Amino acid sequence: MSSAVAIDAKRMAGQRLRERIFHATTLAAALLVLALLGGVAVSLAHGSWPALSHFKLRFLTREIWDPVSDEYGALGAVYGTVVTSLIAMLLALPVSFGIAVFLTELAPSWLKRPIGVAIELLAAIPSIIYGFWGLFVLAPLLQVHVEPWISSTLGLLPGIGVLFRGAPFGIGVLTAGIVLAIMVVPFIAAVMRDVFETVPDVLKESAYGLGATTWEVIWRVVVPYSRTGMVGGTMLGLGRALGETMAVTFVIGNAHQISRSLLDPGTTISAAIANEFTEATTKLYASSLIALGALLFVITFTVIALARLMLMRLDRRALSSV
Amino acid sequence: MSRRAVRKSINALALGLSGVATLVGLLVLGALLWSLLKEGLGHLSTDVFTKMTPPPATPGGGLLNAIYGSAIMTLIGILIGGPIGVLAGTYLAEYGRGSRLSTVIRFINDVLLSAPSIIIGLFVYELVVVPMGNFSAISGAISLAIIAMPVIVRTTEDMLNLVPQGIKDASTAMGAYPWRTIMSVAYPAARSGMLTGLLLAVARISGETAPLLFTALNNQFWSTDLRAPMANLPVAIFQFALSPYDNWQQLAWQGALIITFAILLLSIIARVAVSRLGPGTGRK
Repeated sequence: MSSAVAIDAKRMAGQRLRERIFHATTLAAALLVLALLGGVAVSLAHGSWPALSHFKLRFLTREIWDPVSDEYGALGAVYGTVVTSLIAMLLALPVSFGIAVFLTELAPSWLKRPIGVAIELLAAIPSIIYGFWGLFVLAPLLQVHVEPWISSTLGLLPGIGVLFRGAPFGIGVLTAGIVLAIMVVPFIAAVMRDVFETVPDVLKESAYGLGATTWEVIWRVVVPYSRTGMVGGTMLGLGRALGETMAVTFVIGNAHQISRSLLDPGTTISAAIANEFTEATTKLYASSLIALGALLFVITFTVIALARLMLMRLDRRALSSV
Repeated sequence: MSRRAVRKSINALALGLSGVATLVGLLVLGALLWSLLKEGLGHLSTDVFTKMTPPPATPGGGLLNAIYGSAIMTLIGILIGGPIGVLAGTYLAEYGRGSRLSTVIRFINDVLLSAPSIIIGLFVYELVVVPMGNFSAISGAISLAIIAMPVIVRTTEDMLNLVPQGIKDASTAMGAYPWRTIMSVAYPAARSGMLTGLLLAVARISGETAPLLFTALNNQFWSTDLRAPMANLPVAIFQFALSPYDNWQQLAWQGALIITFAILLLSIIARVAVSRLGPGTGRK
């Protein structure tokens, strides 16, 4: 009798030990996620220190990027990053909204699934394919058919016309913005669709009951109800656009300059890093590129964190595509 | 026009535009696949899978070393990122459910999920490449693991949360410790969803380029040495596409075709695995 109890006690101890080990292992893995983000921040700070301590605040305010005289400033790349992302969001927002509306309110149920899947597949295609396609298919198309037209019509406008004047290179800031837009549309559309689907049917039905048209239901009921989620999803898309590398590197022309025309070549932070990092010969050069990376980290971290905070209020399970 | 007619025409216009937007999206997908098929399929032969990347301006050659490198680095990436991701997801869904720590970790994980991959590349460069003194396949695999991990953490947690509390309680009532319940009850119940997460992570990292540019670099030759630079499909496409040589550009198209269809296939398989679980379970 007593020996059976002893065996049981021994077994229990074994179980308890395994429980402790398993618990500790999962906790360690979860803490690794935290450590990872901390590690990224520390290593970027460490790597960018030589450049930042050498140039101080001038690093942020100068456009110059000259490997020959070892002088670097981030302004050109930051400008390119912000402008390409703005173009992308300007183009992508209405289209994504339209797709989300179509998928949730208009499409017959037999069409919903296949189109939804097609949009999600578009989001799964790696960004290098978008960049590659942008360079070989979209850029020539824009160069021959679209850009001459833009500069001869929009270019004549007073004031903002400056943005659209210039030689049609095919590659440049505008093309990069368009490729980015194509890349983020499926992403934003999928989030918006998920958010729209969280709107309770009762709300929509009561609006219909009052005689509202489909559009009025969307604009006055669905959109106000899902505003936070829409903004969150859009900012998540913005975070993608800001940090995207390969889709941009192919088509932006890689010139560290701020030119007035959107048709001219430019560069972005990520494109500069992708193009130049392995060729950075001096310590200051490499460190300046890492400093650009640190800058991108700060910008995207802020945007993504804000987006996540907004989306957090929604039921996580409703957001299947983020 | 009467007020009603105005409202109806606004309705028709808005809904028409949303249809157009959807059409544009589908057309872009169609155009993309069409040009990949047109340019990539034309010259596709078994050479692509059996020969090494050629020197510039030399006809022939294939992408064997690049395909091998991509496969190896993706595999190692998943082997590192998978278990860590599953364990961390388990913590969030089981031990840490509702705790403040797991709220923070979940938030950070979501941020990492959307973090720019080139920054992960810089991180691994500082962490692995600089101390090692040279570019290497293993550093490429590590950066892919870091990109795969948040995806797996997220799906694992979501899938474990879908397991009904009742059957876990039943296991606990029989005297099982939590680890036994997780191993014997929760994991088997969430298996196909977790597998989907792994497949999605594979799809995500097999096309990643930016983090490999300065970790694995590229290699024109056959190499199985994890401590040396290794060829890989995305970087090969990048270099070949921007080169002035016709045959390199041809190979870039073929590489792009292979990678795109492989990833589309993986995503579809992952979706089928989920749909067998029934509607409303996790990521579609």
